[in-house]
Amino acid sequence: MMPEQINVQTDKTPRNGGGISRMVRECRPFIWGAKVCRAYGLQGRSITVAIPYLWMLLLFMAPFLIVLKVSFSEIRIAIPPYAPLFQFIDNSYIQITLQLKNYAMLFKDALYVNSYLSSLKIATISTIVTLAIGYPIAYAMARAPKTWRLTLLMLVILPFWTSFLIRVYAWIAILKPEGFLNMVLIWAGVIDKPLIILHTDWAVYIGIVYSYLPFMILPLYANLEKMDFSLLEAASDLGCPPGKTFWKITFPLSMPGVIAGCFLVFIPAVGEFVIPDLLGGSSTLMIGKTLWTEFFSNRDWPLSSAVAVVLLLLLVVPIVWFQRYQARRNIVDVV
Amino acid sequence: MGGEVTKSRKVWAPWNEADAKPFVRIENVTKKFGSFTAIDNVTLDIYEREFFSLLGPSGCGKTTLLRMLAGFETPTSGRVIIDGEDMSTVPPHKRPVNMMFQSYALFPHMTVEQNIAFGLKQDRMAKDEITERVGKMLKLVRMEKMAKRKPDQLSGGQKQRVALARSLAKKPKILLLDEPLGALDKKLREETQFELVNIQETLGITFVIVTHDQEEAMTVSSRIAVMDHGYVAQIASPGEIYEYPNSRQVAEFIGDVNIIEGQITEIRSDSATIKIKGTDVPVETGRSVNATADEWVWVAIRPEKMIISLDAPKNGSINCIAGKVMDIGYLGKLSVYHVRMEDGQIIIVTQTNRMRETERTITWDDLVHVSWSPDAAVVLLS
Repeated sequence: MMPEQINVQTDKTPRNGGGISRMVRECRPFIWGAKVCRAYGLQGRSITVAIPYLWMLLLFMAPFLIVLKVSFSEIRIAIPPYAPLFQFIDNSYIQITLQLKNYAMLFKDALYVNSYLSSLKIATISTIVTLAIGYPIAYAMARAPKTWRLTLLMLVILPFWTSFLIRVYAWIAILKPEGFLNMVLIWAGVIDKPLIILHTDWAVYIGIVYSYLPFMILPLYANLEKMDFSLLEAASDLGCPPGKTFWKITFPLSMPGVIAGCFLVFIPAVGEFVIPDLLGGSSTLMIGKTLWTEFFSNRDWPLSSAVAVVLLLLLVVPIVWFQRYQARRNIVDVV
Repeated sequence: MGGEVTKSRKVWAPWNEADAKPFVRIENVTKKFGSFTAIDNVTLDIYEREFFSLLGPSGCGKTTLLRMLAGFETPTSGRVIIDGEDMSTVPPHKRPVNMMFQSYALFPHMTVEQNIAFGLKQDRMAKDEITERVGKMLKLVRMEKMAKRKPDQLSGGQKQRVALARSLAKKPKILLLDEPLGALDKKLREETQFELVNIQETLGITFVIVTHDQEEAMTVSSRIAVMDHGYVAQIASPGEIYEYPNSRQVAEFIGDVNIIEGQITEIRSDSATIKIKGTDVPVETGRSVNATADEWVWVAIRPEKMIISLDAPKNGSINCIAGKVMDIGYLGKLSVYHVRMEDGQIIIVTQTNRMRETERTITWDDLVHVSWSPDAAVVLLS
């Protein structure tokens, strides 16, 4: 047995070696790159995995750390308009000054707490309304004949081809007292004096629900489209009337789509700035608007950074909690 | 021993009794999807406690017929009567029938237990009663240990059992099975066929099964309806369908068959003689034929009912064709011979391999005689 095995090996080695040396001659830079990577213990697979990490590190973690740093700083009339955190003293010590007063300010002044609460309220109500409108649309799309589905999907995506700002401006033209909506309602005799919608919270709700509806519909559609229609037949066969079948089978099975859609609407809606700024009134409090005022009007970079950090925490904590909950439920399922 | 038991048992065949009342009656049912006719004026009766098969190639309308019994399709015309009640327009959730789906259609967000209990909960059954019934069903399909699992943690065979338990839990008047064993591998399928029959006999529920697998239909059924292009070609017991098909199409669909064209020369009260096309070989049949002399008919003979030999049989003048061996297929328990007749038609003959392969006497290019007994030949008019 042994000699045979050795033979096989010696037989293969020169062929492989020859192949590699030819490859080296043909694509030297790649081989050098690969050699460098291998020297540091990096192989094809780990490089592939590293790319998304690198992306997150450069474009998310680094900016976030800068914001975090600024939030612990102090306002200065300078360029940039904040005090440095690190200072050399006598060329031998590094002095680190962490200011917590920006964070303290967020809780001292009711404006910030109210802005957060108002943002969460507006985002929550908008998400629920978006779900209530988006679910039937997604359901109808998923149940439509196969030949129609692509067209319907295109219709949902179509608004994205127009600039977001233009679409929000269009709502001003529709909602203003002498606007399109009031004109139609007065002409139809429903009302005799124009409704004041623009520059109220109503306009903000309309704007958010309209703008984020596709983000609700798309994940729901993707989920509902995959659903096995025979499950509904099975429920019906086992004596479940159609309405009940929806709540017992369709809705629970579409939960991943519902959750994805709600996150996609809720998270950007909390930090929304353009819609409350253009459609909302002076009394519309939203954290995005407050942050903008601090940053551009008051030039208080440290305070606005603190606002941003707290906002991020407010959003990250429930998401992490939800993921933990999901993971735990899966483990329980397996056991 | 076995023979004695069979002899003492009374043959159960309500379809042959004049006063038996059908449990399910499909009456002149037609179903059209747009311009396509899926079911074309079908009338058939199913009796209580039957294991009834709808057999046919895909697209023959068998599944549509089953879905009409379940209520997922309403007939374009005609009536579906179950246990004396016209069910044609009753929605599925109000029908006393349950269906086992081809894909099993188990609810993925519910455990095995919850799946089985689902139908019972819709009837607002008491909680402890539900628990008891679910326990019984789990025991029936031997899945007690899997009660808390979710469907995606089960194998194909286990899913099939849960689907069966779920559809039986409500004690339906009829259980409809849509290709119930289609997703299982061959060995498991064969085992499960017998298990299905046992469960059906234990519970005494009428089963209607849709299948394209003729062996499966033969194994489980009391009667089979062979369907093609929306109409029923023949309804009979498995044995009758195999031995006495009523058309070439049924004969070809069920098992292998040699079909030879011929012309009737003589009809007697208990037999007939047919001359095979292109030869002078006379064929005698064991039954009389409802046809006229000189009419062209087809003679169907099953390959396993033929005998192949090198020497001409003693009464070699009838039921015997000469030919040349073209191909031999060795399948282990049997060998398949392809014999070419003088006019070029190939006759397939199968012989049980009672001897070792090496001792086989017939080989390629041998001139052989293929013969059969008068009972083996069936005359087909269409």
